[in-house]
Amino acid sequence: MLQSKSFVKKTKQGRVVKVVREHYLRDDIYCGALSCKVCDTSAARLTSSASTILIVDTNVVLHQIDLLENPAIDDVVVLSVVLEEVRNKNLSVYNRVKALCTNSLRKFFVFSNEHHRDTYVKEMVGESPNDRNDRAIRVAARWYQSHLGGSTQVLLITNDRENKRKAIEEGLSAETVESYVKSLGQPNLLDLVSLPTSEDVGMEEVEDLRPSKRKVIYNEHKPMSEITSGLLRGIYHQGKLRVNRYNPFEAYVGSESIGDEIVIHGRANMNRAFDGDIVAVELLPQDQWHEEKSSIIADDEDDEEEDVHLVPSSADDAPRNTNLVQPAAASTASTSSRPAGRVVGIIKRNWHSYCGSLEPMPMPAGNGGIAHALFVSKDRRFPKIRIQTRQLENLLDKRIVVAVDSWDCLSRYPSGHYVRTIGKIGDRDTESEVLLIENDINSRPFSAQVLACLPHLPWTLSSEVLANPNRQDLRHLRVFSVDPPGCKDIDDALHCTSLPNGNFEVGVHIADVTNFVLPGTPLDEEASQRGTSVYLVERRIDMLPKPLTEDICSLRSDVERLAFSVIWEMTSEAEIISTRYTKSVIKSCAALSYVEAQARMDDSRLMDSLTTDLRNLNSLAKVMRHRRIERGALTLASAEVKFQIDTETHDPLDIGMYQIREANQMIEEFMLAANVSVAEKILKHFPLCSLLRRHPTPTKEMLEPLLRTAAAIGLDLDISSSKALADSLDHAVGDDPYFNKLIRILATRCMTQAVYFCSGDLSPSEYHHYGLAAPLYTHFTSPIRRYADVIVHRLLAAALGIAKLPPIFMDGLQLTSIADNLNYRHRNAQMASRASVELHTLIYFRKRPTDTEARIVKIKSNGFIVFIPKFGIEGPVYLMPRGDKGGDWVVDEVHQKVMRTGTNISYGILQTVRIHMEVVEPQPNRPKLELTLT
Amino acid sequence: MEYVNPLTGFRLDGRRPNEMRQIRGEIGVVAKADGSALFEMGNTKVIAAVYGPREVQNKGQQINNRALVRCEYSMANFSTGDRRRRPKGDRRSTEISLVIRQTMEACILTHLLPHSQIDIFVQVLQADGGTRSACINAATLALADAGIPMRDIVTSCSAGYLCSTPLLDLNYIEDSAGGPDVTVGMLAKMDKVTLLQMDAKLPMDIFENVMQLAIEGCKAVAHYIREVLLEHTKQLECHRGA
Ligand SMILES: [Zn+2]
Repeated sequence: MLQSKSFVKKTKQGRVVKVVREHYLRDDIYCGALSCKVCDTSAARLTSSASTILIVDTNVVLHQIDLLENPAIDDVVVLSVVLEEVRNKNLSVYNRVKALCTNSLRKFFVFSNEHHRDTYVKEMVGESPNDRNDRAIRVAARWYQSHLGGSTQVLLITNDRENKRKAIEEGLSAETVESYVKSLGQPNLLDLVSLPTSEDVGMEEVEDLRPSKRKVIYNEHKPMSEITSGLLRGIYHQGKLRVNRYNPFEAYVGSESIGDEIVIHGRANMNRAFDGDIVAVELLPQDQWHEEKSSIIADDEDDEEEDVHLVPSSADDAPRNTNLVQPAAASTASTSSRPAGRVVGIIKRNWHSYCGSLEPMPMPAGNGGIAHALFVSKDRRFPKIRIQTRQLENLLDKRIVVAVDSWDCLSRYPSGHYVRTIGKIGDRDTESEVLLIENDINSRPFSAQVLACLPHLPWTLSSEVLANPNRQDLRHLRVFSVDPPGCKDIDDALHCTSLPNGNFEVGVHIADVTNFVLPGTPLDEEASQRGTSVYLVERRIDMLPKPLTEDICSLRSDVERLAFSVIWEMTSEAEIISTRYTKSVIKSCAALSYVEAQARMDDSRLMDSLTTDLRNLNSLAKVMRHRRIERGALTLASAEVKFQIDTETHDPLDIGMYQIREANQMIEEFMLAANVSVAEKILKHFPLCSLLRRHPTPTKEMLEPLLRTAAAIGLDLDISSSKALADSLDHAVGDDPYFNKLIRILATRCMTQAVYFCSGDLSPSEYHHYGLAAPLYTHFTSPIRRYADVIVHRLLAAALGIAKLPPIFMDGLQLTSIADNLNYRHRNAQMASRASVELHTLIYFRKRPTDTEARIVKIKSNGFIVFIPKFGIEGPVYLMPRGDKGGDWVVDEVHQKVMRTGTNISYGILQTVRIHMEVVEPQPNRPKLELTLT
Repeated sequence: MEYVNPLTGFRLDGRRPNEMRQIRGEIGVVAKADGSALFEMGNTKVIAAVYGPREVQNKGQQINNRALVRCEYSMANFSTGDRRRRPKGDRRSTEISLVIRQTMEACILTHLLPHSQIDIFVQVLQADGGTRSACINAATLALADAGIPMRDIVTSCSAGYLCSTPLLDLNYIEDSAGGPDVTVGMLAKMDKVTLLQMDAKLPMDIFENVMQLAIEGCKAVAHYIREVLLEHTKQLECHRGA
């Protein structure tokens, strides 16, 4: 049967065209009930014994997905009309409901009512699309009722009053979500129910305990029609709102229409928008563009403060607005050029669920009943969320997950509902899980389908593999690896042979992961999604299953392993004479740690061949490194922290800086060289679909904080090129040995991170890697723990003609989205690692109050931020109580100093101070590390 | 974009991946022509008219041992939603004209009609994907109507590959997705492929599946065209018999 749908549509050029689409109606769509006598039940999912089948409407799926995910709710029919609406409104909910419908443990069935001969409904004249869809849902419910007969009750679940009334009139059973959940007799399920807003079925109006809350706090959002016309006329600007991670009262909207970022100051101007929402913004009059005093952020009761955190390793980790002290003279010029605005409407919400805890509160009077609580997200970018709970006592000391439901202009905070409990606050496992959830990291065990892709264990080298003409047998070479101690996922190994002509043959051998991870397999898709392994202090979340990560791919010593090799002939001056690439078989003779390798090189009594190889490599690496630095590569410094962890309790025993040895730099040098060689090769063969890595040149604005600090201490930095900057960093030598490193750490945090991209998306001049001063760069050397390297291995194999290029490379869009995902995953993995270190730092200092030396890195109006080199952390030191502004401390902006009036006490930038570190608990269950002057 | 719903397996218009749109053929729609036909594949609608065999107009083009086959393809200005003036003889229509001519030439027994000329005019009345195939199918019907001797009936159908699924007979939305689109023309009874076109890259094993699907489509069209011709012949018989 054929229906023709016609509608008018506006084209991109603004013309209106009539579009006619065919719509086929069928008689071979089945009901999905196992007990059905009429239908084909091969794909059925609904229990035969079910006495009730639920049909849910779109809003129930959109708002009650947390409830639907609870196993107490089952035998649900999801109509295709509902599914389609959900997909258009909220992709993340759509993916969750899709997962429910494909989960074999759940009984969710998708019924294609829109293509079923008996349930398709045509839009009637004057009927709105919403009403038409509601009617379609009722028609489908009626069909189910008559199709399944009397034995099964069909229950329509809707919170829409009108829809429910019509359904009952038409002889259907219908209930609201709340009344249905109540009928199940599980009170805790009610916490999962999202509260209907006022237009929906009236529930007993929730009594608000704070009378002041009922006044209008935010401006009404403009209706969609007004926003659309405002955008067209250019008075509103559309963009994604990004909240400053370090100052939740400041947000940015990147707007294409004005080609600049619009700053939004304060919650009132943000007008209920969340981080990630697509919003419409109106610019404020120019005289209001200067920012509000941002010294210590205060929005009356939301007074929050900075915590002690790890030293940023790039600009992406650092506060956006580093000029926390208002430069008095320069302010009008520098800040007013930046447009400021306010949110007038929200085009698309980005609500999801959030991790955090309830704000401490006394148990409400009366027993049991419903309590109203405020949820505080761990990620400070999100506002507090009001929830209702029947289990307050249980939740107060827990980390919980909460979802947002609504935010009207009468409430200071959005309302939401409880989703689940993670565990006790402060507990290491709980907090580790929180940081995984916060960073969207999948730490679930690998699925059976993924594991089914693994080769049989134990894996051994087969004669078949050896017979492959494309694979060279390099087992005779003296190959070895150098890694951190205890490293089990060994990606890379090296060899170095002296040639008769005085040159060296140097090989970098990388685990041949793509021999085992074939494109398009579930294993490949999983790895592609995970993007990278994640390293937490006490555990590692692998990108590939353990047998591959630690055994089959890992280039362990004394076993035959498959590798992808880059082999150079180099002069003793490390000039590359030739480069070749080959798949290979190697047998590593030693898996050394950095310390071991260093010790061997340093021990002049050792003259064995392995040590000689190491020394040769090291001298080549030194030349290469020198040349690289000559070219302008930056030697940046980061403060990497290392914990010694108790093997049983997993508690940190000791903490200290990670020591970089020559051996580390040697390995790094050859990995960089291999990556550059591979980047050149793949780009030559696939100029449009190579995956490369670029590091954008920092803008002057980004280096501004570094320059200001340098100026305050009379240091002159040349930032005109990476070479100039590198040179002036070299010349920045102060009175004390740590000075240079400090300046480098400050420089590092001004740079953004390098990113992956698809070569077809940018022009060659944009491929540049600033930090390495390399025109081309990619990642090839860690395929066990980075998916980018897996892709690059496939590209290289195709470039050598030994494998076909998988189809995704022909699809530029798909490759771009893979690159985007990799960037997102890397960023998150890094954030998670940092959060894990911060968590362990807190655990470590809980029992160990410590006095130590620190350096002032930033002056604020009521104190300063110090960096503690020994532990790689930084945090605020307050000179006066918070909220007490002004006082007798005065900031000297030019010299970056804070002075006490009437005395000669002052603190200046980069000054050394002695501080006391101690974990305090200002609120129960909320431990934090506090820094005070000793 | 989910061109194939992952939960229900249906395409956007309600078809399964291996289902063709509704097809319809009608013979004798242009009285003046020697043979004519209308062919619809879903919302794609084309008309074909055949003149000949007749005397070669331009003597210079005359071929001594076989007939001269000419083909002209065009799109009506109103065939797409945006009603655009379409210049004749642009690259695309020249290419399609050529494709249709070659395909039809391969099935006409041209050696039986030396010194003559056959003109095939095809025009797209409504375009919704798969116009090439529809044109070939319409031309086959029109040639049969004109009584021109043919080896076999040639039919055509396309298949594409979207969402990792081979899809039969792409409509306009699916076609605009930018995935590979394989058009096959074949002599159904002789099981011979006479036309194969694809403007994208596709791994060999997938390509084979997609092409096989298009071949199944061609066979289904052939089955239908045979019925239309049979029905038409019966009607002619009726007229004559009566
Ligand atoms: Zn049934």
